[in-house]
Amino acid sequence: MLAIKLAYRNLVGAGLRTWLNVFVLSFVYIMIIWHYGVIDGWNYQARKDMQAWEVGNGQYWQQNYDPYDFFTLEESHAQIPETFRKGMAEGNITPVLINQGSVYPEGRIQSLLLKGIDPGQKVLALPTAEMNTDLEEIPVIIGRRMAKSCKLKEGDITTIRWRDVNGTFDATEVKVVKVFNCDVPNVDAGQMWIPIKKMQEMMQCPDEATIFIIGDNFKMNEKIAGWEYKSQDSLMTEMDEIIKMKKVGGSFLYLILILLAMLAIFDTQVLSIFRRQKEIGTYIAMGMTRRQVVSLFTVEGAMHAILAVIVGAIYGVPFLIWQIKTGFSMPAGTDDMGLSIAQTIFPVYGAGLIITTILLVLIITTVVSYMPARKISKMNPTDAIKGKIQ
Amino acid sequence: MEKNIIITLEGVKKHFPIGGGRFTALNGIDLAFGEGEFAGFVGPSGSGKTTLLNIIGSLDTPSEGKVLVLDNNIGKLTAKKAAMLRRKKLGFIFQTYNLLPVYTVFENVEFPLLLFNMNSSGRKKAVLDALEWVGLTDKIKSRPAQLSGGECQRVAIARAMVKRPVVVLADEPTANLDSENSHHILQTMENLNKDLQTTFIFATHDDKVIKYLKRKILLQDGKVTADKIITN
Repeated sequence: MLAIKLAYRNLVGAGLRTWLNVFVLSFVYIMIIWHYGVIDGWNYQARKDMQAWEVGNGQYWQQNYDPYDFFTLEESHAQIPETFRKGMAEGNITPVLINQGSVYPEGRIQSLLLKGIDPGQKVLALPTAEMNTDLEEIPVIIGRRMAKSCKLKEGDITTIRWRDVNGTFDATEVKVVKVFNCDVPNVDAGQMWIPIKKMQEMMQCPDEATIFIIGDNFKMNEKIAGWEYKSQDSLMTEMDEIIKMKKVGGSFLYLILILLAMLAIFDTQVLSIFRRQKEIGTYIAMGMTRRQVVSLFTVEGAMHAILAVIVGAIYGVPFLIWQIKTGFSMPAGTDDMGLSIAQTIFPVYGAGLIITTILLVLIITTVVSYMPARKISKMNPTDAIKGKIQ
Repeated sequence: MEKNIIITLEGVKKHFPIGGGRFTALNGIDLAFGEGEFAGFVGPSGSGKTTLLNIIGSLDTPSEGKVLVLDNNIGKLTAKKAAMLRRKKLGFIFQTYNLLPVYTVFENVEFPLLLFNMNSSGRKKAVLDALEWVGLTDKIKSRPAQLSGGECQRVAIARAMVKRPVVVLADEPTANLDSENSHHILQTMENLNKDLQTTFIFATHDDKVIKYLKRKILLQDGKVTADKIITN
């Protein structure tokens, strides 16, 4: 109690020096919480968007399908299993037929993935209903990345070319009926969505699909021959790995911020050894034990961290709440990185993040305060009283 | 010397390592101090005054010999027991005042009492009494930087006296003060010595202090060359 009382007096008495350190520490708290909040928010949004736009609640893949090997696409489609029919009719699972193709916007050639999907599906958030229209051309939808790279816009008519199951090349005209905005590049970049019936006709593989995307209410426990079940988690592994890597990268910033805090406190405490030698000698002369002096300086350092929580709360809580509401706008071009990333990320601050950060900074501050304080305890009191630098 | 003996020094030597050799600061000191003395070590710089004062104050230990302060053998005290002795029985006054710069006058004087776990009202009364002795009750909220040198030393005296120590050790208490302030300080200490029977031991080479001493112990090269009792 004595150490706390004296440390409080010393901190309050030190005035500006204390408040500068406290401000630096509070800034560290807020930056760490905000930065991790942004990454967690990104993670949360990315998972939510990927679930809504790409992976659903899991998928079934035709056994030959390998999304990283386009040459497998010719062999990776098969008849729609009967067990899926009921789910398809109820809108709980939707088939997708995938094939390679080329698009010729403004006379240029650009390869793409053609993806046939039921315009009436409700499993994914894709605006496939836009393709429910009677047109001379085949109605297609594309994402804004695809539209940007092909210089296509809504209402544009362009030519696509593909090879059917018999190896015959064919071409037709398609009309872009919708350019959708989506944060998931895997359903956007280099892709064109067309009605699955047309796709099956074009490919000459009626009633076939490459993958099935599962919706919320689809229950299937049995194994289906020729089809592999992919859980939602396994489909998001890549994203999770990226987030994990981002967190590792972020921990460098974390480290720098912690070092900044350590430096502030360590500097203060080390300076104290020299600046406050007389004071320390006086404490000892008045009957404080060395342990009490060490405790006093350690508590002083730790108290910086506690005061920083209070100061940080004063300006940090409004800032963090404001960020939750307005979000953090990602720099231009971030969505071209191929990651599922929203233009604006809304940070998510968990109690665990806040408590861990506070405890971590408190512990580090206490440790770096203790180290110079231990040196103080070894000072010769007679020299300390005179303020002799040792 | 008919008073109770509270401090005895027998064959006290103190060596300090210097380079490859050693410097002998005290070379066989034999002394005794009774209760309520107003004594001082007098001598030029390097004669061993401060070293002797530090050993009596348990801030340092003798290299040889025996020092008994209020029945505590200084050479054999643990750091904790030495701290307890200083906390309860000894008061210090330094040449450079050594006030805690971030504390007010009240807080500086109160500090030794915080180490006693005395209650708040008891502390307040003791601090105000001590400040009254030194005539600084109107400055309780001031910080050391706002005080003159004389006022700072008076605060230091109040801080040393607030716990009613048995012995006060004053190292060159007037070295940084002008003549008028020096006399004021010394009169204050003399009065406290009379009123409270506190033993005062000085280390000084200041004539202003020497005039007030009731016992002058002359030190030269770490040895006592004279020990005079002054009778008015």
